[in-house]
Amino acid sequence: MLKTLSKSIREYKLPTLLTPLFVALEVVMEVLIPLLMAKLIDDGVYLGEMNAALKIGLELVIAAILSLAFGCLSGVYASKASSGFAKNLRKDLYYKVQDFSFSNIDKFSTASLVTRLTTDVTNVQQAFQMITRITVRAPLMLVISVIMAININAKLSLVLLTLLPIIAIALLLIFRYVHPIMESIFKKYDNLNAVVEENVQGIRVVKSFVTEENEKKKFGNVSKDIYNSFCKVEKIMALTSPIMQSAIYACIILISWFGAKMIVNTNMTALTTGELMTFITYSIQILSSLMMISMVVVMLTMAKASADRIYEVLVEKPNITNKEKTINTVKNGDIEFQNVSFSYVGDKEKECLDNINLKINSGETIGLIGGTGSGKSTLVNLIPRLYDVTEGAVKVGGVDVRDYDIKSLRDEVSNVLQKNVLFSGTIKENIKWGDANATDEEVVRVCKLAQADEFIKDFPDGYDTYIEQGGTNVSGGQKQRLCIARALLKKPKILILDDSTSAVDTKTDSLIRKAFREEIPDTTKIIIAQRISSVQDADKIIVIDDGKINGFGTHEELLATNNIYKEVYDSQMKGSDTNA
Amino acid sequence: MPRGQLPRGRGAAMMRGPRGKINKGTFPRVIKYITKNHKKQIALVIVCIIISSLANVLGTLFLRTLIDDYITPLLSIQNPVFTGLLKAISIMACIYVVGVVSTYIYQRVMAIVSQGVLKDIRDDMFDKMEELPIKYFDTHTHGDIMSHYTNDTDTLRQMISQSLPNFLASSMSIISTVLSMIYLSPILTIFVFIFTALIMLCSTSLVKVSSKFFVAQQKSLANVNGYVEEMISGQKVIKVFTHEEIAKRDFDKINDQLFTDMYTANKYANILMPVANNLGNLEYVLIALVGTIMAINNFGGLTLGTIVSFLNLTKGFNMPIQQVSNQLNAVIMALAGASRIFEMMDEKPETDDGYVTLVNAKKVDGKLVECDEKTGIWAWKHPHHDGRLEYVEVKGYIEMEDVDFGYEPNKTVLHNVSLYAKPGQKIAFVGATGAGKTTITNLINRFYDVEDGKIRYDGININKIKKDDLRHSLGMVLQDTNLFTGSIRDNIKYGNENATDEEVIEAAKLANAHTFIMHLPEGYDTVLTNNGAQLSQGQRQLLAIARAALNDPPVMILDEATSSIDTRTEKIVQDGMDKLMDGRTVFVIAHRLSTVQNSKAIMVLDHGKIIERGSHDDLIASKGKYYQLYTGAFELE
Repeated sequence: MLKTLSKSIREYKLPTLLTPLFVALEVVMEVLIPLLMAKLIDDGVYLGEMNAALKIGLELVIAAILSLAFGCLSGVYASKASSGFAKNLRKDLYYKVQDFSFSNIDKFSTASLVTRLTTDVTNVQQAFQMITRITVRAPLMLVISVIMAININAKLSLVLLTLLPIIAIALLLIFRYVHPIMESIFKKYDNLNAVVEENVQGIRVVKSFVTEENEKKKFGNVSKDIYNSFCKVEKIMALTSPIMQSAIYACIILISWFGAKMIVNTNMTALTTGELMTFITYSIQILSSLMMISMVVVMLTMAKASADRIYEVLVEKPNITNKEKTINTVKNGDIEFQNVSFSYVGDKEKECLDNINLKINSGETIGLIGGTGSGKSTLVNLIPRLYDVTEGAVKVGGVDVRDYDIKSLRDEVSNVLQKNVLFSGTIKENIKWGDANATDEEVVRVCKLAQADEFIKDFPDGYDTYIEQGGTNVSGGQKQRLCIARALLKKPKILILDDSTSAVDTKTDSLIRKAFREEIPDTTKIIIAQRISSVQDADKIIVIDDGKINGFGTHEELLATNNIYKEVYDSQMKGSDTNA
Repeated sequence: MPRGQLPRGRGAAMMRGPRGKINKGTFPRVIKYITKNHKKQIALVIVCIIISSLANVLGTLFLRTLIDDYITPLLSIQNPVFTGLLKAISIMACIYVVGVVSTYIYQRVMAIVSQGVLKDIRDDMFDKMEELPIKYFDTHTHGDIMSHYTNDTDTLRQMISQSLPNFLASSMSIISTVLSMIYLSPILTIFVFIFTALIMLCSTSLVKVSSKFFVAQQKSLANVNGYVEEMISGQKVIKVFTHEEIAKRDFDKINDQLFTDMYTANKYANILMPVANNLGNLEYVLIALVGTIMAINNFGGLTLGTIVSFLNLTKGFNMPIQQVSNQLNAVIMALAGASRIFEMMDEKPETDDGYVTLVNAKKVDGKLVECDEKTGIWAWKHPHHDGRLEYVEVKGYIEMEDVDFGYEPNKTVLHNVSLYAKPGQKIAFVGATGAGKTTITNLINRFYDVEDGKIRYDGININKIKKDDLRHSLGMVLQDTNLFTGSIRDNIKYGNENATDEEVIEAAKLANAHTFIMHLPEGYDTVLTNNGAQLSQGQRQLLAIARAALNDPPVMILDEATSSIDTRTEKIVQDGMDKLMDGRTVFVIAHRLSTVQNSKAIMVLDHGKIIERGSHDDLIASKGKYYQLYTGAFELE
């Protein structure tokens, strides 16, 4: 996993390497400085030796300047490396998702992909910054300080060596105890948020059923639950600082005692008073590096979950890709399904489409009717190769869709999706998704075809009206017509409307179909609809049920022979005979 | 163990930049929350913090005394006796033990107190929220409300459990260090002050620069995250339009901008520590030299020993100052969060001056008498001003008389609406989005109050009826079904805690929901989460119908679903709705005309006015707007 993630470092290799280097140098200076300070006191101030004091003072100033330089450099490079790494990681993820097929997207779900690209990247970036800095600094500080301490007095270091493992074990035990409870607290927080979210969203239900008091009780319980778990954890976590404190204090006391005896007994030959002070400084440094290491370990474990999630996306293989040799032109709008079976999970038992055979000629208008989950959308999604068939073949213009260059194919097969979205930007910008180089006249023309021109002109800003994210400032029917216009601008050979006029009134709906008939007669049109009225004038209508073709023929033929079609027709026509 | 780590809310909450407005009186209010139920604990905490910091300072001073008073004198003695030293060290050990114990006590007590305070704030916040009028929810985004419970509470938690105690502890060490320094040498202390001021100046200017870039970074981050969210949500459309390359190009642009801002912001933040530390080091050298010169020249009565002690104090002086300034930042952020929380708490709750209540009743000798048991008859208990007590049977007669209304002052949405529905009648509202259909129903159940005019329920002005009772007598099925985490049974029982299982099943059968519920592996005990995401749109609507049916109110408000469900399911849902409507006064907000034809009256709304009214046949015959809608010349939505 680390190898995959570290690929995103790329052009920031130099700062990534320089950061730990400068951190290391900074640590060296930081160790050196207390040493010089001690010397300044021992050889200079304490003895009143002005010359020595000046000399050591100068050394100290130089050391401080070096330390400042190293510190700043490591800080700057760390910032560059981590921001750069995050940039590339985000980019790699985003590019990867762009290459995903529909089934890849389905696998992760939109919301989870967004989290991986936002929150998870931020977490990993923080971990990265920590790795380049603190994971270098803390162990190095520990090692150097230990060496220096031993160097000053090996015997006294024994005190440290006995204390260290005790503290390490204590910290580990606390972590082991606290970690699972913290995890469960996170889940409880989710519960809390869920209650709030439900209440905020469903406030009308809460108020009209007068259940405020119950909801308060419910929330109170979850809130109390979190409180209790937290108290359990806090009781233990409150031990951390006292443990560290007692370690430091114990260190000072023990070292003072043994050190003092040593100084007196050897008459300052084995250890001087200045050295004793320095030794204590190092001891404190050792202990705090240990504390820092334990903190880093905890933070890294937390970031690992995010890293895992990012890794999953990075190693996912896009399962629809171009063949080596591709065909770039689509001859015409003929469509053929040959023994096509399809299942989303690749499992033969759970087939969504079962042995479909179908031939549609260029320029025909085809209606597609069937219940929810019968396989209508699945069927049409195979034509622009949004999914690959499990068995059989889909041909467009007489060629297997898998032999086309994907972009060329999709430019010719325009699918107006059922769950469609507009993007933030003006209406014109949105329509031009179909063709970036289209002229304004062409944009107006397709909008007229899709019966959208009229309402667009009614907006104060016309074609420059700004569409909010998700198209929330236009009505459902308007949104659908804009989506159709956008698809028309591609001038496709095949146009698929996947329940794309459900919110459009029947009259406009029929106007759209009329425009299609008259203006783009050569385009193959496939129309999925719930309303019989939307498909009854099609050249042919496909009735699909449970992944199989149940009927294929004209409106009249199906009315006479197909039970499902007749049932749907009757239920819709009942009492609304004028509804055409 | 990093205590600062908590789930940081969803992506949206993270994108919010540092919005930092602190309202007056926020800090005292937080303190009031802390001290309200925990006076004794807080007193204990303060005492313990003082003891703990004193122990710490004494420890630092001890080392010098140890060398000067115990080790150095012993050096010249032939047979040194260590009892004095042992005694001193033992005393020190005792002081340390006291220090450690008080640290533990204050850490632990404070942690529990802060959790308690947070629980109080959270609970109060939710209680207040439940009392807020619908208007509040309509005018605030859900993300904003949610962030009060996640981000804002989290920063507050950090402040109470960490920043405040640290603040106190650091201030203690600063005060004691300063006092000791002044005691040792006032002149050198002035030097230290000047240098410290210099260091602070450097750090604050660095902080200023970096925080400027942090704001920029936050903005770019919000940009990138927003872009990613929009693009990934529309990823399938991108694929269909083979728009991948353009999407990549646009992304690169804002991603690069984010890099620049992030790099700059962190750069300044990262060099803050080395700058402050090394200025501290320079300060040390300077004081050592100045001190030595002064001592050698016998200036200011300084001895070399004093200077050594003084230098040690200097070393320990910058750290707590650094800490205080760090905490200050956290405190400011937390107070901004607290301000937002208190703002929500201070919103005016829904008021209720109603005094007419809803009671169970039975008929004795043709007269209504209040009773405790459920009889299927409800009555309005109406105490008149003259002390008379009147019982009116709840039948479901609704009248609106010249009602005007606007969501904002001076922007009237409903003009002069008058209508009535006799018990058992079905009234349909038809019209374009924004015509005022939903607004009318919002007024009947008093989600909003009329501006002018009157609404009467069984002849009683609804302003006189207690809101809870009014809403009990009105059933509601909304177009977006909201289900709650819990079993299907709990969801149907929603608002009717005491209903029996038989009643639940009966309601489900009436709503045509029983069949699909029985097909679920756990039946009525199936637990729904995430707004019933595991059910289909149609099934969720059936549950909403069952939920309303169980309540059995005389008046129903139905808002038809707009989303398209397939014909068969729609038939089942429609059938359930029809059964629910049977025998009740019903207001239907129609999105499809096929369902309103059998209404007693259809009201066609346009721009907040009833422009046509009458039965289906009347309206078709008059060839007005309804006729146009019906023939498909206009869109409903």
